Amino acid sequence: MLVQQVVNGLTVGSIYALVALGYTMVFGVLKMINFAHGDLFALGAYLGLTFLIWGALGQGTGGLVGVLLAGLLAALSVGLAGVLVERVAYRPLRGAGRLPAVVSALGMSVFIQNGIMLIWGAFPVAFPHDMLPEASWSVGGVTVSLMRLVILGGSLLLMLALYLFVQYTRLGAAMRAIAVDHETARLMGIDVNRLIQLVFLLGAALGGLAGVMVGLYYGQLNFTMGWLYGLKAFTAAILGGIGNIPGAMVGGLVLGLAETLAAGYVAGEWKDAVAFFILILILLVRPTGLLGERVAEKI
Amino acid sequence: MATQAATAGGRGLTRSRVAAGLALLLALAFPALVGYNGYYLEIGFNFFLWAVLGLSLNFILGGTGQYNLGHAAFFAAGAYTTAILNTRLDIPVLVLAPVAALVAGLLAVAVARPIIHLRGDYLLIVTVGFAEIVRITLRNNVFGLTGGSNGILGIDRPVILGFRLAQMSHLYYLSLVLLLLTLFIAVRLENSRIGRAWSYIREDEVAAAAMGIDTGRYKVLAFAVGGALAGLAGNVYAAKMTVIAPESFSFWESVVMFAIVILGGTGSIPGVFLGTFGMVVLPQLFRGLADYRMLVFGAAMVLLMIFRPEGLWPNRRWRLAVRGGDEPAVVAAGAGRPAGGPEAGTGAAAGGGPGSGTGAAAGGAPGGR
Repeated sequence: MLVQQVVNGLTVGSIYALVALGYTMVFGVLKMINFAHGDLFALGAYLGLTFLIWGALGQGTGGLVGVLLAGLLAALSVGLAGVLVERVAYRPLRGAGRLPAVVSALGMSVFIQNGIMLIWGAFPVAFPHDMLPEASWSVGGVTVSLMRLVILGGSLLLMLALYLFVQYTRLGAAMRAIAVDHETARLMGIDVNRLIQLVFLLGAALGGLAGVMVGLYYGQLNFTMGWLYGLKAFTAAILGGIGNIPGAMVGGLVLGLAETLAAGYVAGEWKDAVAFFILILILLVRPTGLLGERVAEKI
Repeated sequence: MATQAATAGGRGLTRSRVAAGLALLLALAFPALVGYNGYYLEIGFNFFLWAVLGLSLNFILGGTGQYNLGHAAFFAAGAYTTAILNTRLDIPVLVLAPVAALVAGLLAVAVARPIIHLRGDYLLIVTVGFAEIVRITLRNNVFGLTGGSNGILGIDRPVILGFRLAQMSHLYYLSLVLLLLTLFIAVRLENSRIGRAWSYIREDEVAAAAMGIDTGRYKVLAFAVGGALAGLAGNVYAAKMTVIAPESFSFWESVVMFAIVILGGTGSIPGVFLGTFGMVVLPQLFRGLADYRMLVFGAAMVLLMIFRPEGLWPNRRWRLAVRGGDEPAVVAAGAGRPAGGPEAGTGAAAGGGPGSGTGAAAGGAPGGR
């Protein structure tokens, strides 16, 4: 029972972690909370559903390949949407201070959320549950389904890939450089705008993919889902130490575990509050997060 | 407008005083002008109520520059205090008004105390989390008091000397009284010792502390005043609706309050009215476009920030903080901003010595646009 809960928690946690990466990367380079990120995640879920249905119409069933393909397409389109959001709503405000950026991001969030509502409708949409083969394995009383394996394994792989990319490639180094100081990075010959676009592309794409995973996992989508998942993922990012990529992974997994265990052993109806309690607690006690070395707030 | 009259320091009939008087007359005559039409009166009520909420948040956000994106929690505290005590103990709604303000104010103090050292985005996100916890708590029917997701029904109307304020026009005037009270407090505080201390903290907290201002206490005080007034608004809201539910106090409500203050022009009282008009009244007037309303709304928030990052009617002192507060020397990056360069210079000069209180005319200029 406990081990099963842990597996469930890690699965949900890995989704949070994927979304958290988008927040943490953007915060790292722009020092802003991208309030629209949660809604990009929701957009990914809906686009994934649409691509899945198209694919299913073409070849008969979804299947693992179909799901992967739909996820990839959704990630790509959401990544481009993320770049667009940055270009339209954030770049013009990059020197204008914090508050205008916050309101602009909130406006973008409202825009995307209502765009989703206009396209796909205001009512919850069912995400087909039978897209992946119903395979599952039982190891010592713990059941691991193919779906959980795809979600958990897939997100861990992606996070590893992202980490390696940021740590060991030239582009990754440039990204870390602009996170420290835009102006100096520009003087070193780094195209800051292009790099920021790349950050939005990667972050949004991972968020979009996480959206598809949530659809697969819970089987239902709601046009307002971006807000709750977004805030939880942001909590994960803070928990791990914002601006820190391994931190986002740790934070996501810890949050998923905490939430699942709290729901299982304390009270289900308070599940959504757990993330916020953790958020407040961590900001009061250790604002740099579990793995954070960053200074919480410049004076 | 009243602000400028006050900052100008002059007695007698300044232009802005005349404007404020005319606005008040118009507000008083409004029910008769629209033929006691319930629809328009309701819009008027909402305008006043949200202006009060905007002004109350303005103490925190505009006054001391603390980012509070969870203001709906204090609004909820006032509304639920009123609803619970009225429906359980039959205490009249108007008697509960100060109680609602007190409970919301105390809640604000309790919340603000531990988080007061946080700044910027961290404070922002903590207040969001706190407001969400409040909403989830209300939804979970704690101690069987809050009625769960259905909320509380059957709240009484306010009664004055045996006269029941049940018609929309009565409630309209009630909200106007609330607004006038709030405005009075806002204007008096802005130019008081407390208001000055707040603006010093907003401009430069370290310098304010070095000057001997107990910054922590003043910041908590801003939360207390803002929270209490939001609680008072909650009392009036509960009496008008007679039914309240947790979903009326969600993140979205906090966003609207936040946007009212920022879009209108942070720290500026006329700005709050403009912001309320844009965020609350305009969307209601465009009911016909219901489906696209929110889409346009989101886009408008983005566009407004791009073209007028200081808001529609910025506070002279605050404008400086928005432009140069976080990242100096990047003012030039926001090209194509309507309010041009030379004004920034005057703004800086005035901001340096708010005591001089000059340039009511300079404050009026952007409003003319």
